[in-house]
Amino acid sequence: MARDHTHEHSHGHAPHPFQPDLEDTPLTHYQAMTQAVGDLLIEKGVFSADELRATLESIDARSPAAGARMVARAWVDEAFKAHMLEDVNAAAQELGIDAGGIPIRAVENTEVLHNVIVCTLCSCYPRLLIGLPPDWYKSRSYRSRTVREPRTVLAEFGTVIPEQVEVRVHDSTADLRYLVIPARPAGTDGWDEAALAEIVTRDCMVGVTLPKVPAF
Amino acid sequence: MSPRFGVGAAVQVRAAFPPGHVRTPFFVRGKSGRVTEILGPYRNPEELAYGRSGEPALPLYRVIFETASLWDDYQGAAKDTTLVDIYENWLDPVETRT
Repeated sequence: MARDHTHEHSHGHAPHPFQPDLEDTPLTHYQAMTQAVGDLLIEKGVFSADELRATLESIDARSPAAGARMVARAWVDEAFKAHMLEDVNAAAQELGIDAGGIPIRAVENTEVLHNVIVCTLCSCYPRLLIGLPPDWYKSRSYRSRTVREPRTVLAEFGTVIPEQVEVRVHDSTADLRYLVIPARPAGTDGWDEAALAEIVTRDCMVGVTLPKVPAF
Repeated sequence: MSPRFGVGAAVQVRAAFPPGHVRTPFFVRGKSGRVTEILGPYRNPEELAYGRSGEPALPLYRVIFETASLWDDYQGAAKDTTLVDIYENWLDPVETRT
């Protein structure tokens, strides 16, 4: 095995440091447990290795595109927006998007209200609509500071919220997931839904940034 | 289990610190807020976490807090708010005077 080989030949210089491969670091308790439970479920025929792989593939394939499509539709269609604010999962179906079985709630930014989402206890996130959460969303720093000093955290993302606008932090620690509907920015009159969806990024839907209209 | 609190009710989060799996964040324990919405019955996560049924389900509420009331030295705006989803077993009524 590569990891067992010794460097007996001489390069004529000191051994260079290398970054350890994943296999070179010991498994953590939970990595070992995850692997063991996965192997057991496959061995007992609960699901096959290929089904497990396919599920991971489908989770990895989720992207913010679905959420962006919904926001863009909400910007051009008041009735759809009302539906989305009432029931995101049902509104998603209307567009042929599977938002899954966990209820998702949309919260709308306005001229006087800015919403931002955090899960202080773990990393709850509307994955089916905006993909896997970024590492910063799961970091202790984001989780603790977003409730403690939201305006400072937002400013670090380049989002400075004026004093007269309420900053509302949603801590999704229970059974719902949250998605921000950002306000439609000025300078987008006449844009079609596809063009609008382009500027609705993952970070906009978490609430740490605002949609930006590219300068032409 | 019909909800004990209505929308608009003033509530206080229990200042309790039980061991085990709990979904009520530390920073709202003992704090007072207001119910903005009743989200419906959800199975008790403190039971579910240990492989039990989580029944009876508990009403889950959205509770809004003034962020400045949560932190002694909050630097943001006075109007800033924080919404947290809290199960009924963590909420007590608050006497309100008008």
